[in-house]
Amino acid sequence: MANKKRVDEATGTQTVGHEWDGIEELDTPMPRWWVITFVLCVVWAFGYVIFYPAIPLANSFTKGTLGWSSHGDLEASLAAENSRRAPLFKAVAATPIEALPANPQMLQAAIEGGRAAFKVHCVQCHGSGAAGSKAYPNLNDDDWLWGGDLATIEYTLQHGIRNPDHDETRISQMPAFGEMLTPREIRQLVAYVRTLSGQAPATPTSAAGATLFANNCAACHGAEGKGNRDLGAPNLADSIWLYGGDTASLRQTITYARNGVMPRWNNRLDAVTIKMLAAYVHSLGGGEASPTSEPADGIESVASQSAAANDPSIPKAADVRS
Amino acid sequence: MSVLDLVNPGSPLYAKRKGVYPKAVSGFFRKLKWVIMAITLTIYYVTPWLRWDRGPYAPDQAVLIDLANRRFYMFSIEIWPQEFYYIAGLLVMAGIGLFLVTSAVGRAWCGYACPQTVWTDLFVHVERAIDGDRNAQIRLANAPLSVTKFGKRSVKYAIWLAIAVATGGAWIFYFADAPTLATQFVTGTAPFVAYATVGVLTATTFILGGFMREQVCIYMCPWPRIQTAMLDEKSLIVTYKDWRGEPRTQGVKRSADVPSEADVKVGDCIDCNGCVAVCPTGIDIREGPQLGCITCGLCIDACDKVMTQIGRPRGLIDYATLDDAVVEKAGGTAPSVLKTLLRPRTLLYFTIWISIGAAMLFSLGQRSRLDISAAQDRNPVYVQLSDGHIRNNYTLKLRNMETRPRTIELAVSGLPEAVIWTADGQRETAGQSVRIKLAPDATTRLRLFVAAPVQQEEERPFTLTATATDDAGTVAIDALTFESPETEDEE
Repeated sequence: MANKKRVDEATGTQTVGHEWDGIEELDTPMPRWWVITFVLCVVWAFGYVIFYPAIPLANSFTKGTLGWSSHGDLEASLAAENSRRAPLFKAVAATPIEALPANPQMLQAAIEGGRAAFKVHCVQCHGSGAAGSKAYPNLNDDDWLWGGDLATIEYTLQHGIRNPDHDETRISQMPAFGEMLTPREIRQLVAYVRTLSGQAPATPTSAAGATLFANNCAACHGAEGKGNRDLGAPNLADSIWLYGGDTASLRQTITYARNGVMPRWNNRLDAVTIKMLAAYVHSLGGGEASPTSEPADGIESVASQSAAANDPSIPKAADVRS
Repeated sequence: MSVLDLVNPGSPLYAKRKGVYPKAVSGFFRKLKWVIMAITLTIYYVTPWLRWDRGPYAPDQAVLIDLANRRFYMFSIEIWPQEFYYIAGLLVMAGIGLFLVTSAVGRAWCGYACPQTVWTDLFVHVERAIDGDRNAQIRLANAPLSVTKFGKRSVKYAIWLAIAVATGGAWIFYFADAPTLATQFVTGTAPFVAYATVGVLTATTFILGGFMREQVCIYMCPWPRIQTAMLDEKSLIVTYKDWRGEPRTQGVKRSADVPSEADVKVGDCIDCNGCVAVCPTGIDIREGPQLGCITCGLCIDACDKVMTQIGRPRGLIDYATLDDAVVEKAGGTAPSVLKTLLRPRTLLYFTIWISIGAAMLFSLGQRSRLDISAAQDRNPVYVQLSDGHIRNNYTLKLRNMETRPRTIELAVSGLPEAVIWTADGQRETAGQSVRIKLAPDATTRLRLFVAAPVQQEEERPFTLTATATDDAGTVAIDALTFESPETEDEE
């Protein structure tokens, strides 16, 4: 590679003097604007290294004199978001759950907050649409084991179901009748239970089950099998079966019993979030009126955006969606 | 010689602007420009201040583009975002209107009504009032900076700036209540975007109207290119009748009474350069139709005056079509202007234009101010109830587009045993219909629960009808589907 600088004829530009198999390179200078930009970038980089986190060290990095960090940004925006929501949370905390429906705007905000929390904490068992599955109750329907008004749902959320280490938890225990009844008796019982919900016609087998039911089951499930919410005993006369209403499922249930568990949430979530979750679950369509409150007249609906929308101290429902 | 020189022989891509100092002129087209300028500027500045009573639930500004609340008000018409096709229709009309005008009278938009033309014209007149006419302006431009020049320049720029601020300032009033915003603006409490908008529009008006002027038309604007394609041989354009004007006879004293010598053809053009001096884009129309010509007709005024002075008929430069040129060149007489304007192409454009307008007016008269749109909740699709019935949930959006509160009755039909209720109701007391109060000029969103026995069909269509309970009795309907579980699961 001899140094053969020369002026290229076609372009009138000097070559850099290198030649590879007849290919030469023109010595075209970088445009002035490019060079200036480049120098400015270098200058900028020095300033950046001084002011911002820049150089990785063995176990750390240079922090920069401004003290900026992306974690700090996140914390600041979280703090801002929390302080923006604070008035709503305070208002919800101060309102007993039965009184939420009296303030449609706050109720709507609570429902939206509950919707967000549900997606994080509840969907694992109850499903994203709260429709449940076998052994996990559908929260959209009108059948409640322990009751479907706001305060009852809130209590269930707070204390859970069958938490062995928690005194206030909802608890009930169906015995495993496989140790007390013979397989034949269980067959008769299953046949009778299926007549309660109209799934099967009465037969001699089911008639034999009626006595067994009165002796073994009616204490909790009631003489007509309508259940008992104080005990969490399911209604056996309706169309809804948590573990299935077919013969095989019922035989399984009676023989071995079913004792599903729901965690309590008062040691994991704050009271406001639980209240919001209860409001959301109640809003899914099966919510029942609070026993003490006046029943709604049922035909007059008020546009949700109307009068109550003017209270600036309470954030709009959309504000609490995350 | 470099390779680059072959591609772009010697000249840089940048051309320095040649100063244009249009000379004052009077005549028919100048008057027309004055009238159009007065009309367009009046419309622009006055419109936001017109009031229009719409009752207590809507603003009283006649023309208002309320972006924050997504409403567009134009006198008695209120448009919601869902009805944006009316705006699209207006834009289509504007486009076809431009086609119509262009095919009939060439670039009349450019010459008379384009904001760039109107404001440049205004700025040129300010310039003339301060600096004097063409010759004085050229002298001043070439003179070294002196106290006088500095003073004149300062006054001129100050007036330009005042016009520019007024222009930018008027724009924002279309987007908010004008009196309120004006008060906020001067007291410094207006939103930042208002100041930013005024600032940007002030800068563009000042720069485009004061300094860039014809360069906007020649280099920036796409419309001249499109118009060039829209023109045909029957469009009226400003034409220098070279068959009459050439050869030019500068300095030759002549008149219609003194016939020229038989063997020497003498044209009517005396090469006075009047047409060039008055041209706001600085072109020479005698070079033929060209991109720089915005067809403002000022050269026609200038030439007519000279023709009168030398005793020749007017119209050496005049509106004429390319077909006219061919006919006149051959010694014939061009058809009348009316005949030129009324031809299949213009009539077709006009028919399309007026049809769209009529269709929109008809549709505006017929449109319903109550709208319902329902979406079925998909997760879960249906809910099994304890008594064996099935419940479907729907999210409703009820749009009350009238500026008064209304109560509607929502009724289900096609599902005989169904009951419906909303979040405020209970299934126990529900029937086939429910009453809902709607806020004025707002969308009300709510959930509707529909419960019915299990249907034979997995998907059963039904309709939801919203009927206003007031005298108008407006009706809005949405077709929906009720979903049931597969029946083979029974038993």
